[in-house]
Amino acid sequence: MGSIFSPQQIVNGLQLGAIYALIALGYTMVYGIVRLINFAHGDFFMVGAYAAFGSFFMFNFLLPPGNGLAFIVLILAMAAGAAIAVITDYFAYKPLRYKPKLSSLVTAIGVSMLLEYAFSAIPVIGPSPRGFPEVLPKQMFHFAQVDISNYVIVDLAVAGVLMIGLTFLIQRTALGRAMRAVSQDKDAAKLMGINVDRIISLTFLIGGAFAGAAGLLAGLTYPRIQPYMGILPGLKAFIAAVLGGIGSIPGAVLGAFIMGIAETCATAYNSLLGEGIAFVILIVVLLLRPSGIFGEKTADKI
Amino acid sequence: MKKTYLFTLGLAVGAILPFIGCNKNKDIVIGGVAPLTGEAATFGTSTKQGYDLAVAEWNAKGGVLGKQIKLAFADDKGDPAEGATVYTKLIEQDKAIAILGTVMSKVSLAGAPICQAAKIPMIATASTNPKVTDVGPFIFRACYIDPFQGTVGAKFAFDELKARKAACLFDVGNDYPKGLSEFFKAKFTALGGEVVGFEGHATGTSDFKAQLTKVLAAKPDLLYISDYYSDVAIMAKQARELGFKGPMLGGDGWDSPKLIEIAGSAVEGCFFTNHYAKEDKAPVVQEFVMKYTDKYKAAPDALAALAYDAANIMLDAITRAGATDGAAIQAALGKTDLRVVTGQVKFDEKRNPVKSAVIIEIKGGHEVYKTTIAP
Repeated sequence: MGSIFSPQQIVNGLQLGAIYALIALGYTMVYGIVRLINFAHGDFFMVGAYAAFGSFFMFNFLLPPGNGLAFIVLILAMAAGAAIAVITDYFAYKPLRYKPKLSSLVTAIGVSMLLEYAFSAIPVIGPSPRGFPEVLPKQMFHFAQVDISNYVIVDLAVAGVLMIGLTFLIQRTALGRAMRAVSQDKDAAKLMGINVDRIISLTFLIGGAFAGAAGLLAGLTYPRIQPYMGILPGLKAFIAAVLGGIGSIPGAVLGAFIMGIAETCATAYNSLLGEGIAFVILIVVLLLRPSGIFGEKTADKI
Repeated sequence: MKKTYLFTLGLAVGAILPFIGCNKNKDIVIGGVAPLTGEAATFGTSTKQGYDLAVAEWNAKGGVLGKQIKLAFADDKGDPAEGATVYTKLIEQDKAIAILGTVMSKVSLAGAPICQAAKIPMIATASTNPKVTDVGPFIFRACYIDPFQGTVGAKFAFDELKARKAACLFDVGNDYPKGLSEFFKAKFTALGGEVVGFEGHATGTSDFKAQLTKVLAAKPDLLYISDYYSDVAIMAKQARELGFKGPMLGGDGWDSPKLIEIAGSAVEGCFFTNHYAKEDKAPVVQEFVMKYTDKYKAAPDALAALAYDAANIMLDAITRAGATDGAAIQAALGKTDLRVVTGQVKFDEKRNPVKSAVIIEIKGGHEVYKTTIAP
């Protein structure tokens, strides 16, 4: 029971992993298609959390907290994440698409800070942390030795449904085929009549929507939001994507769950180790298997 | 070309003038520091309102030493680095003769050496960590200190709540929660209780489930959470999610309307040690509660009371000193014997006030006075 690998800790780790997975997917997709590490991605997650917060208060007048309201809030959080991602791409990354990679990377860091400080400066948002409302009434279940709230189920279910949807989209639709083509060879894809810019926008849209969904789930599970909340989860999800093999979708998901469980178990062993374990994993992966679990061999520098 | 020189010179003079101007006013300038933003933001708001109320009252009565008082306020953002900057600014730019604040121990610890070096008397409001006044003879505080607060918490947990197994949770990156948990642990163990979990967490994290799962596995009767309200609220919710049904206990860091707002039913039936209770019948308390509520349309929390007290203690000392130099005020502060909102204040040799603590219970979504525990 007191072991660091107790079933309860694994459940905690899976819950955290589900949130990391949704963020990591956006990192890995954007990298797969435009070879850009989008450091502003963690901030799209933050935007999603604030959108969820705002839309809760907008619709709480019409609907009581419950599944219906949660669904509306989820859709709006995803829409906000998607919108900010597409806008960022349009204004910050698109003009630099055929410039050296380093320019976009530095721009990404700039966009990240811009979003954080802009959100702190907007009076209605402000730099102080806010408590996140209970969009769903909390219910508790007790199985064997494990206490599970409906939030755990919601986190895993939302992440699962979105991931299955994404896999279907990429493997089975014309759009997915176009995305795969662009990730393999942009110029050849263009010659085949694929609108590359549109595919890139759509990639940002999907990645941003996933980050927005993660923002709502994080708000529910760890009910405190603030403009800098995206930095650490963003970094950790990025490490999860690297661990799984950046550019690989199953890799990002697997990496995220490994990270979630590793972090929870490390915290249970020593509470400060948990914060650092992500970076230990990053160093070990970069030393032993730089291409990650499912990654292709690449000579590109980050 | 000449025009350009003149223009530049004009700009430079224009830029410097306001700084020269502000030193020429005839008011007595008192510095005030509190975190208006950051993790303890509601503490800062209450604290500033406490200062403002006290200064306004003194000014209405004719100020101090025949001059009006001007409060130069600065936001420390709950950050020690920012704190060091604003203390320096208040002393060097605003020419404050004395400083009130700040709330968080770690920030007061950054500001205190600056005041000590400049020989500017400082009264920290709610910084309960013992190390704050150890900085030097110019540093005082308006609140009791953590050893006392931790001891009171442990006594209450053992005697009144009949807890025998307790677990402590605290932010390891912050002197206040860490110290408080250590003092609680020492006293609780001395009373014959057992501390079955003692887990820190990193500053700024919102996921406490790993630590909670670990300590709850040892089946404690009580959780002692010595953090600030925003961490406490999340931790309380997560503890209930993990099936903990017993009481939780904490320190004055819990005292914020946000705690119940965020945590809701998760903190029902929980307790915390505090500096004063609004229900106290003493005239000085009732008068303060009335004036504060009138002015700010909100009930004063302990932070507001301590800030109000700090300002009154300081202005009382300046009056008795009859001078505005740091050494004279410091000497007068040492001889303070004043009844203020949070109790009768006399400083001990470490410049800590000796006074009682109250226990507040969270009942029906409100903070309710439970009992007073004398030193």
